Amino acid sequence: MVNKLIETIENASKKTDVPEFDIGDTVDVHVKILEGQKERIQIFSGVVIARNGSGTSEMFSVRRIVAGEGVERKFPLHSPRIEKVEVTRSSVVRRAKLYFLRDRTGKAVRLKERRRVTKS
Amino acid sequence: MVKGILGRKVGMTQIYDESGEVIPVTVIQAGPCQVLQVRTIERDGYEAVQLGFEDKRRPSENMKRSRSSQARRSERGHVSSKLSSKNASRRAAAGVEALPKAECEPKKFIREFRGSVEGVEVGQEVTVADLAEIPKVDVTATSKGRGFAGVMKRHNFSGQRATHGVKKVHRHAGGTGMSAAPSRLFKGKRMAGQYGNAKVTTRNLELVSVDEENNLIAIRGAVPGPNGGFVVVRETNKLG
Repeated sequence: MVNKLIETIENASKKTDVPEFDIGDTVDVHVKILEGQKERIQIFSGVVIARNGSGTSEMFSVRRIVAGEGVERKFPLHSPRIEKVEVTRSSVVRRAKLYFLRDRTGKAVRLKERRRVTKS
Repeated sequence: MVKGILGRKVGMTQIYDESGEVIPVTVIQAGPCQVLQVRTIERDGYEAVQLGFEDKRRPSENMKRSRSSQARRSERGHVSSKLSSKNASRRAAAGVEALPKAECEPKKFIREFRGSVEGVEVGQEVTVADLAEIPKVDVTATSKGRGFAGVMKRHNFSGQRATHGVKKVHRHAGGTGMSAAPSRLFKGKRMAGQYGNAKVTTRNLELVSVDEENNLIAIRGAVPGPNGGFVVVRETNKLG
């Protein structure tokens, strides 16, 4: 349990609009990077395979395949350097950590798409 | 003015600065403290301001003092002028002027801050707002007790090898001195012994934020002692 007093300090640096996404979603992470004096936005897209931590230290891992090589990046959820997280595709997953994807290559990496039922 | 405050360590967390860097911070609940006494050169031989933090618990209604955590008569007399005593009435009769009292509850944690007492009055309140302008602080507290600790934990010795004939002395110190000359140990040789539970000061820590509403301050980095332990926060005496 996190102390209430610690929470009041943490809340100041937490995001009010926490990006919403689920495990297994394919996302575009917009990261601010500083090049010399200029600030630029870089997009890292891949599958969210894990979320861990809580409070200001919550992190999420994104995995993608670049040139046949698996690349994983871990982002702090509340970092001001994370501009936004866009969900491009959701999939059906039955566990919270998708580490089994690391052992798979090629077609086996695919996850079954989840169609969200939209009420209209 | 006093450039310090008393408080309790709440715990550690991390926050982000504007550029997105993570800052590890220790949260301290500090003050409000009362000035219980002002030490002057004429009377005490030195200048200092005595602060008190957190009220002591009172005995329940119509009960006598039953626990050592409740204030003694002397402690109550230290903060209140309403307590009558033989000594006080004798002094009053002799025309000795009574010292001003803070007129507050007896305090759990009392410490003195040496330095100028100009403009400080007994009973005055010190809050975290008084620290707002300070960039760096020193934090003093009692470190976590580790009992009788070996040299590896206490002095960061390397110990000995796990294999190659080392027998039962894997965490020992090794040699402690020379041979027939000098035939003795030098004083100050680092050995196993009591570690922790001592007064420790961490200096030159950055004061990251001050929350006047909740009496909280955030200090960059770690401070001595367990969560919930009393700490003394004062403006650093380190130059530059």
